[in-house]
Amino acid sequence: MAIMKANTAGATRIAMRGIRKAYPGVLALDDVDFELHGGEIHALLGENGAGKSTLIKVLTGALQRDRGEIMLDGEPVNFAKTGDAQDAGISTVYQEVNLIPAMTVTQNLTLEKTHGRFGFISWRKARAQAQQKLDRLGLKVELNRTVGSHSVAIQQMIAIARALDDDTKVLVLDEPTASLDADETAALFDVMRSLKAKGIAIVFITHFLEQVYEVSDRITVLRNGCKIGTSLIGDINRQDLIAMMIGRDLGEVEEAFAGERRDGSGEVVLTAEGVGRKRVLAPFDLTLRAGEVVGLSGLLGSGRTELVKLIFGALKHDSGTLKLANGTAGNNPRASLDAGIVLCPEDRKSEGLVGELSVRENIILSMQAKRGWLRKVSRAEQEKIADEMIRALAIATPDGEKLVRQLSGGNQQKVVLARALASSPRIMLLDEPTRGIDVGAHAEILTLIRTLCEDGLALLVASSEIDEVVASSDRVAVLRDRRKIGELTGEDITRDKIVTMIAGDNL
Amino acid sequence: MSALLNKKLLPFYATVAVFIAIFLIGGAMYNNFLSMRVLGNILADNSFIIIAAIGATFVILSGGIDLSVGSMIGFVGVCMAVLDSMGLDPLTTALLMMVFGFAFGAFQGWVIDALDIQPFIITLAGLFLLRGMCFMVTINSVPITHEWADLYSDIRIRLPGNGLLRSSAIVMLISLAAAIILAHFTRFGANVYAIGGDKESARLMGVNVRRTTVLVYAVGGLFAALAGVVYALYTKSGYPLAGTTLELSAIASVVLGGTLLTGGVGLVAGTLFGGMILGLISTLIIFNGSLNSAWILISSGVLLFAFMVMHRFLVGSFGLRD
Repeated sequence: MAIMKANTAGATRIAMRGIRKAYPGVLALDDVDFELHGGEIHALLGENGAGKSTLIKVLTGALQRDRGEIMLDGEPVNFAKTGDAQDAGISTVYQEVNLIPAMTVTQNLTLEKTHGRFGFISWRKARAQAQQKLDRLGLKVELNRTVGSHSVAIQQMIAIARALDDDTKVLVLDEPTASLDADETAALFDVMRSLKAKGIAIVFITHFLEQVYEVSDRITVLRNGCKIGTSLIGDINRQDLIAMMIGRDLGEVEEAFAGERRDGSGEVVLTAEGVGRKRVLAPFDLTLRAGEVVGLSGLLGSGRTELVKLIFGALKHDSGTLKLANGTAGNNPRASLDAGIVLCPEDRKSEGLVGELSVRENIILSMQAKRGWLRKVSRAEQEKIADEMIRALAIATPDGEKLVRQLSGGNQQKVVLARALASSPRIMLLDEPTRGIDVGAHAEILTLIRTLCEDGLALLVASSEIDEVVASSDRVAVLRDRRKIGELTGEDITRDKIVTMIAGDNL
Repeated sequence: MSALLNKKLLPFYATVAVFIAIFLIGGAMYNNFLSMRVLGNILADNSFIIIAAIGATFVILSGGIDLSVGSMIGFVGVCMAVLDSMGLDPLTTALLMMVFGFAFGAFQGWVIDALDIQPFIITLAGLFLLRGMCFMVTINSVPITHEWADLYSDIRIRLPGNGLLRSSAIVMLISLAAAIILAHFTRFGANVYAIGGDKESARLMGVNVRRTTVLVYAVGGLFAALAGVVYALYTKSGYPLAGTTLELSAIASVVLGGTLLTGGVGLVAGTLFGGMILGLISTLIIFNGSLNSAWILISSGVLLFAFMVMHRFLVGSFGLRD
């Protein structure tokens, strides 16, 4: 511990202050401060869309900030492109291993890094240069083999070796362990520790909390574009960390539904018994009842989306059975739709909506598909349904003819719901229904979810925001490490209880 | 050096093996087939296809395609002939045409990358454009009469066993050597393999994709123009329909030579053997005498098909691209 503290006391390498970055309609970073010391491993944490990638891209010059300043060793810097940051000693290894699989290790390590005369390459010199890079990490890799013939772990190491130069001051690793097994991860951590000992500052982005505790010195948590806090790893326990990552004060909404949970006396509409898929999600049991909202809570990567997709059939289960009230459910989306199950996916832009079509056309889409293309829904009928939906869900649009891409995020989400509802479903699966939606629309969507339920629908809502789950669910299924670890009902549905379950019993 | 490096070269070895096998089969079937004389003739007769195919190898290695090659050969031919009739010497016109080919290719490459349009469609436009321009230059077959043209065709190197290395073959072999150096010993060559292997990764690794793409098509255009020069001097004429569908033979030679059409994997040297295999097949069928020339296309088609299937198998078994 003493050694750790000594390391983190290194000089400030990078200081980012008041960083702001907005995309059309989305504030990705809102006055974020971030400090990085020499010789520390600094974990950057947050759910999807929290702003981790944007912050890193701003740091490495891949994106230009709207406001704020970046200091490197006390000097203000402005990187117009990634090459500038690299020249200043900031190297990045991106999430997807960025190498050319069909080229040899030497070629990958020296691509655009050789300095021969007239653009000629001396492979003898290139090999020496490559060997030097490998030696820096103590890697034993055959130089003439193709990169693609090595394991992902080795490829990851080669990517790091490529990123490192003698004058590297900062190394950014974006989800480096995502596809590594335990041994490979341990080997990577050894390398990270040895680089740290050389005084290199490492930014470590990950969603595996055990790894954060294993290797990092400090953590910074981002949520929804804001910095929530920075702490020494020894000063924060797992529960507080999880609460920092997925807590969100919903205020009124939460109060409105407190103590109003239904007891689950409705008719059972779907039963999953031991449904699972190898390497995706351990077999789980789950029942959905009419007039009940089941929340799915867990960290990023815990299997939330996968569970929803398994029930819908977008992912095929390879164990267990899925039963509907009226027989066995099919193992594919088509059969699910026929059985009255609809899915509103996480990524509404690419999977849920057609931006170039109007609100009306989007709302009619599923319904028309269900009826078959030969029995066209008449224009008058289309307009009637669209108008009804726009009124019922309070979609802010002048009429049904506005293009969906011109709507705000919250209203787009309402169109997704409207489209699903237009096909008169019995079960609705919502994956992250409130992602990227401002606070006002957020409350509206939650209210909507409760109302739908009163009409006798069965809902399954997966969410990365714990307070949202607490506010809207009658029952909560908790996931950890691709496994359903339990269910909470009634009085037990509290933020603390869920956080405790996610954190595990070992802390 | 290692077994896996060899696996990467398997398609190339397969090409060389097929070439030798066909050559031996020919030797077993016909007297005089297995000789340096036949080999020298195949080299000379197919040199312009192979030169064009060498240029196409760069384009295909980068993950692209160039359909304007055949029209370029025709256009260069008629320009050479017409300029010849105006009194310009073949060396000057050849240099002019190669500059044109380079610039034309560079422009195609720029459009492909800057406007992000599929190379297929851009170079198809190039194919139509250049072929149309052939007819604008002349609608007749125009002879090339300059004395340097005769001088050029008289150049030959004697090979052992009564064989001859004619001027076209010499130009082709020099081009091949230059192309091998360009592909394997320059940063440009490494960048071509890189963007063909994975364009996005290459970009993140610091490769200037725009410059590389422009240069790739420029090199393709340069070799196509050189092929046109060799063809014009070989036939001592320019004809507006010359080189029609030759772009497809060039692509076939590249693929038979072991280069993956998806880019990133292949050898320039393979293209020589790919082109020679196509040449061998037609020579064999001509040697037979009784077979219809349709069999040249049929057997080329069968061979190409078999090769693609083998590629798919190799890529699948050894994960060449993963």
